[in-house]
Amino acid sequence: MLEFKDVTKWFDGAQGKVTALSEISFSVQPGELLAVRGPSGCGKTTLLLIAGGLLSPDSGQIGLDGQDPYELGPEMRNKLRARMIGFVFQQFHLIPYLTVRQNIQVASLAAGANEAAERTQELISHFGLDDRAGHVPAQLSTGERQRTALARALLNRPKVILADEPTGNLDEDNAKTVLGYLSQYVSDGGCVLLVTHDVRAAGHATRTLQMSKGRLIA
Amino acid sequence: MTIWSLLVREILHRKLNFALGVLSVMMASGSLIGSVTLLRIHDIRTGQILEAKQVELAKSMAQLKDDTRKAMLKLGFNVVILPKDQNLSDWYADDYASKYMPEDYVVQLANSKVVTVRHFLPSLQQKIEWPERKRTIILVGTRGEVPNLHKSPVKPLVQAVPPGTIILGSELHRSMNIKVGDDVKLMGKSFKVQACYEERGSKDDITAWIYLAEAQELLDKPGKINAILALECHCTGDALPIIRKEIAGVLPNTQVIERGSRAIARAEARTKVEEQARQAVENEKAARATLRQTREHFASILIPVVVTACAVWVAVLGFTNVRARRDEIGILRTLGVSAKHVLIMFMSRHVLLGVLGGALGFGAGVASAVYFSAAREGADVQVIGTDFSWAGLLLASVGGAAALAVIAGWIPALMATRQDPAVVLHEE
Ligand SMILES: Nc1ncnc2c1ncn2[C@@H]1O[C@H](COP(=O)(O)OP(=O)(O)OP(=O)(O)O)[C@@H](O)[C@H]1O
Ligand SMILES: [Mg+2]
Repeated sequence: MLEFKDVTKWFDGAQGKVTALSEISFSVQPGELLAVRGPSGCGKTTLLLIAGGLLSPDSGQIGLDGQDPYELGPEMRNKLRARMIGFVFQQFHLIPYLTVRQNIQVASLAAGANEAAERTQELISHFGLDDRAGHVPAQLSTGERQRTALARALLNRPKVILADEPTGNLDEDNAKTVLGYLSQYVSDGGCVLLVTHDVRAAGHATRTLQMSKGRLIA
Repeated sequence: MTIWSLLVREILHRKLNFALGVLSVMMASGSLIGSVTLLRIHDIRTGQILEAKQVELAKSMAQLKDDTRKAMLKLGFNVVILPKDQNLSDWYADDYASKYMPEDYVVQLANSKVVTVRHFLPSLQQKIEWPERKRTIILVGTRGEVPNLHKSPVKPLVQAVPPGTIILGSELHRSMNIKVGDDVKLMGKSFKVQACYEERGSKDDITAWIYLAEAQELLDKPGKINAILALECHCTGDALPIIRKEIAGVLPNTQVIERGSRAIARAEARTKVEEQARQAVENEKAARATLRQTREHFASILIPVVVTACAVWVAVLGFTNVRARRDEIGILRTLGVSAKHVLIMFMSRHVLLGVLGGALGFGAGVASAVYFSAAREGADVQVIGTDFSWAGLLLASVGGAAALAVIAGWIPALMATRQDPAVVLHEE
């Protein structure tokens, strides 16, 4: 479903070139929750952005359902992302002036509004946000915020969820809940790439890879 | 969910930023529209003031002209042309000349291009003893005014006496009990009484007027006259030397004297008043033009400064908005929203801001121009003229303001578009 093949990425830093990813190869299949673990600065977020078609690699190929997003034009790449991928971040990235319901529904902007309202309601109920649907992010607890972000990521029934430290800002219970939802999504046939340095998060993974200084080491 | 509902919700959320933007555009378009309206009101007001002054001027001129005309008529002919050899002391004593000149002189005068005098009336006057009635009378032979060929005909001041008729002064007809239509005999010739004048309190009361040729025959002065009366044109300044020079050029064997200068003085006063009134209108015109220039100058400095400042401010607000929404733009891009849509969303915000600001600025500009003008020029300010379209001005205001806002917002919006979502999402 998601495949990396010899992917390398450099950044031009103040002290010359920084190699963020070096010849990374792996794949994730439907029904898999792959956790990539590693210390801060090892290249986890870079890996995720490349997987999501937001950051083009300097060499190597990506396969998203057999399609390399970087071989597409920007319009098509946007469409592919809207249809195939859901993002979840440590910082939630909710839009401050939209309610929970609207924040979830905003995912239909690019993907099309077909049955978005019913799907939104379904997700609100699924994530236990019914009595929070009319609230804006500032009025929510961190757990509710991450559940809203997760619901937004799931609105378009994506094939892949890319999660960057989704539990980084959550307490134990909330982290467990979010990871539980991700596990459920995987058991329903989804596929998750979870990058984290959290050992707990890795506990929910079907498979774990270790990363260090831009390389996969196990 | 559409980008439009997102746009509206964002504006409602960041009211202050949007309101400041609208206010800024409103100030720019308001100062422009205000200036235009102010100048417009100024022009209309100027038109009204000058028109009122003109009407007033025309009215008082008509009044003065009428007064002068009446005075002139009352006074009658005020220029007397006499034979050159006439002793003036005798003329003043007798009131008629003892020397004669050819009747043809009047024709020469009428046919000349003399402009300083008009209404030429030849006459032959003599004090005689009315033999049939044993009375001293003044006999005047006249043939009516000789028209001036070079001027449009003017209404004669006196009516001619038809041949075979006589007109009598009041003293004559009253003391002898003569009525209009009676036949009277004068020096053996029979005349029908044409008119009997009212008392005038002058020698006219003992004067009898008959047709010139008949007088020449009775007095045995065939083809002769002894005076030409004329009416002086009301020219400015001392006209007599000019009149003398002109008449001497046509009739060298004559002399010219002026009788009574009351009418002349009146005419001159009128000319002077007219001159002053016209000058006053000119002064008003000049004052209004200077005021307009001042206002135009003020506007020409104010408008570019205000518009530039407002454009810069709108741009700054745009940058602030884009910065505040970095996160939002990043997340929208991860959701597949294209850069083009992000650009449309930000530009639409600026168009809306411009349209609102332009419409409000139009209202504020017109209102303040009217208020200011009313305070300065007095009540009853008028803005609407035939060549003036409110709709056009509103359209210009809204269109111009939208253009201003779009130009000012262009770079911030492009910045929003160019923003790499990867960079934002990496900043965690
Ligand atoms: N835009 C950039 N320019 C230069 N260097 C960058 C840029 N983005 C990332 N890097 C560098 O690339 C390396 C990988 O960064 P990345 O953010 O992927 O690490 P990470 O594993 O996600 O770290 P963390 O766990 O702290 O989130 C780091 O050394 C970082 O400094
Ligand atoms: Mg990271």
